[in-house]
Amino acid sequence: MLYKPAPMHIPDGFLSVTVSIIMWAISLAVVGYALKRANRDLGERQAPLMGVLAACIFAGQMLNFSVTGGTSGHLVGAAIATILLGPWAAILVMTSVVGVQALVFQDGGLLALGANIFNMGVIGVTVAYFTYQTIQKLTRGRRWGVFAGGFAAAWLSIFIASLACALQLALSGTSPANVAVPAMGGIHALIGIGEGLITVGALAFLSATRRDLLQTGAAQRTGGPAWAAGLVIALALAAISPLASAHPDGLEWVAEQKGFLDIARGPLYQIIPDYALPGISSQALATILAGILGALLVFGVALGAAYARRKRPASP
Amino acid sequence: MHVHFLDPYRPRPSLIHGLDPRVKFVLTLAFILAAALLPPAAWPAYILLFALAFSVEILSELGVGYVLKRAALAVPFVLAALPVLFTIKGAPLATLPLGSWRLTMTDAGLARFVSIAAKSWLSVQMAIVLAATTPFPELLLAMRAVKIPRLIVAIVGLMWRYLFVLADEAVRLIRAREARSGHPDPPGARVGGSVFWRARVTGGMAGNLFLRSFDRADRIYAAMASRGYDGEVRTLPLPPVTPVGWAALGLGLVTLGVLVVSGYLLG
Repeated sequence: MLYKPAPMHIPDGFLSVTVSIIMWAISLAVVGYALKRANRDLGERQAPLMGVLAACIFAGQMLNFSVTGGTSGHLVGAAIATILLGPWAAILVMTSVVGVQALVFQDGGLLALGANIFNMGVIGVTVAYFTYQTIQKLTRGRRWGVFAGGFAAAWLSIFIASLACALQLALSGTSPANVAVPAMGGIHALIGIGEGLITVGALAFLSATRRDLLQTGAAQRTGGPAWAAGLVIALALAAISPLASAHPDGLEWVAEQKGFLDIARGPLYQIIPDYALPGISSQALATILAGILGALLVFGVALGAAYARRKRPASP
Repeated sequence: MHVHFLDPYRPRPSLIHGLDPRVKFVLTLAFILAAALLPPAAWPAYILLFALAFSVEILSELGVGYVLKRAALAVPFVLAALPVLFTIKGAPLATLPLGSWRLTMTDAGLARFVSIAAKSWLSVQMAIVLAATTPFPELLLAMRAVKIPRLIVAIVGLMWRYLFVLADEAVRLIRAREARSGHPDPPGARVGGSVFWRARVTGGMAGNLFLRSFDRADRIYAAMASRGYDGEVRTLPLPPVTPVGWAALGLGLVTLGVLVVSGYLLG
C-alpha cells in the first residue's frame, strides 16, 4: 500500500486521559483562533482552498524517495503548508489532515487526536513559521534564504514536534523521559532531514515556475502571535526535553508534587482503593468469570447474527 | 489506476451499518474513552471490553479477520512503551543482559506494558469498525451533530471529495518517475544519483502536486462562486435520531459506564 503512516501519530491507549483532555483543550482553542484569523485573510476562498490543499498534503505524504536499503524519506508537510499559506491556514490544513487520518485510516487515535493535532498542527506550524520568518528576515529576502529557511523550518518543525510527542508519552507514564526523548528526537532528527530535502526541492520547483505563489504566501502573513508562539514552543521544548531526559525523576517529581501523575495514571484509582466486589474475593476468580461472561456474550451474538442472516433473503 | 482502495468503507447489510452515524460516532468515542479510563491491569474489564468489541465486529459482518488484520497495523507504536517493562518498580521477573547493562523486567512493568498494548488494540478495533461501516458523508453528519465548527466540517468534506483526485495525481507522478528511472536489480539496490538528487526529484514532484492543487482550488472556487457560493456554508437540517438510535446510544453508554466502574471494583 502506498499510504504509510508516519511514526509520530500517537494511537489511543498511550496517553492518559488527563493528558489527552489537556491537549484537546489547547488544540481546540488554537484551531478556533486560527479559524477566525484565516477567515479574515482569505474570506470566502477559504473553504475550497484549504480543502484542496489538505487533500494535497495527504496525497503528498505518499511521495517518497529511497535513502538506503529499505528506508525512505517522505513528507509530513507542515513546513511547506506554512510557507505557502501562512500560519493560520496551515494550522487548519494540518488539523484536517491529521483528523481524517485518525478518523478514517486509524493513523493516530481519536482520544489522542487532540495531542496529534497539537504536535503536527500547532507545534509543527508555529515552529516552522517562526524559523522560516526569522531566516527570511536575516537573509533580507535573498533567494537562498528561501531554501535555507525552508530546510531549517522543515527539520525543526519535525524535531520539536517529536520532542513534544515524547514528553506527552512521558507525562502519561507510558515511556520514561530518559528513553522517549532521545529515541523520538533521534529518529525524527533523521526523518526531519528527508522532510527538509523534499521541502527544499518543492520550494526550488515553485520558485522556478510560480514565484508569485511564494510571494502571495508572504503577503498573507499577518502572524505575530504565531511567530511568538513558535519561538516560545521551540525554546521551551528544546530546554525542557534535555532536562527531563537527564533527570527523568525530575519530571516525575514535578508531576508528583502537583499530584498530576496520580491523576494522569488513573483518575478514579485513588477514590476507590482496594475495594473488591462483595462475594468475589480474588482477581483471578473475577478474570475467569469475565472470560466466561465474555465468551457467552460473543457466542450469543454470533448465534443471533447467523440466525438473522439465514432469515434474511439472500442479499446482492 | 484509481486509489479508491484508500476508502475503508465496506458496504454490508448489517445492523451496525444501519445504525445512526451520530450514535456510532459517540459510542466509538465512549468506547475509546472507557478503555482509556480503565486502570492498568484490570484484566476482567479488558476481557469484557474485548467481548463487546468482538460482538460488534460479528454484528457488523465485516469479517472479524479483516478488523483484526487492520488492527495489527497499529502495533508498531507499542515499541514506544517497551521501556516501562524495565523502569517500573516491582518484583523482578527476568533479567536481560545487554552488554554491560542488565535490564530487569518487573511484574508491574509487564502489567503496565500489556495494559497499554491491550487498550490501544481495543481502541483501534472500534475505530476501524466505525470507519468501515460508515460512509464518509455520514461521518460528516456526525461531526456536525457533535458541534464541530461548520467551517472545519466543510474543509474536511471538500478534502475528502478531492482526496482521491489528488491521490491519483500523486500516483501518476510516482508512475512517471518510475517510467523514466531504471529499475534496481536486485530490487532495493542503490540506483540513480545521490540521496540529495533523489530528494530533489521527489521535492519537484511535491512542488508539482502543490501547483496543480492551487490551480484546481482556483477552478473549484470559481465553479462554486458561479453557482452562488458566498462563503457561507449552508447545510440541510439534521434528521432526528430515531428511537432505536436513542435506545442503542443509551444501552451502549450504560454498558460502558458499568464496565468502567466494575473495572475499578474488580481491578
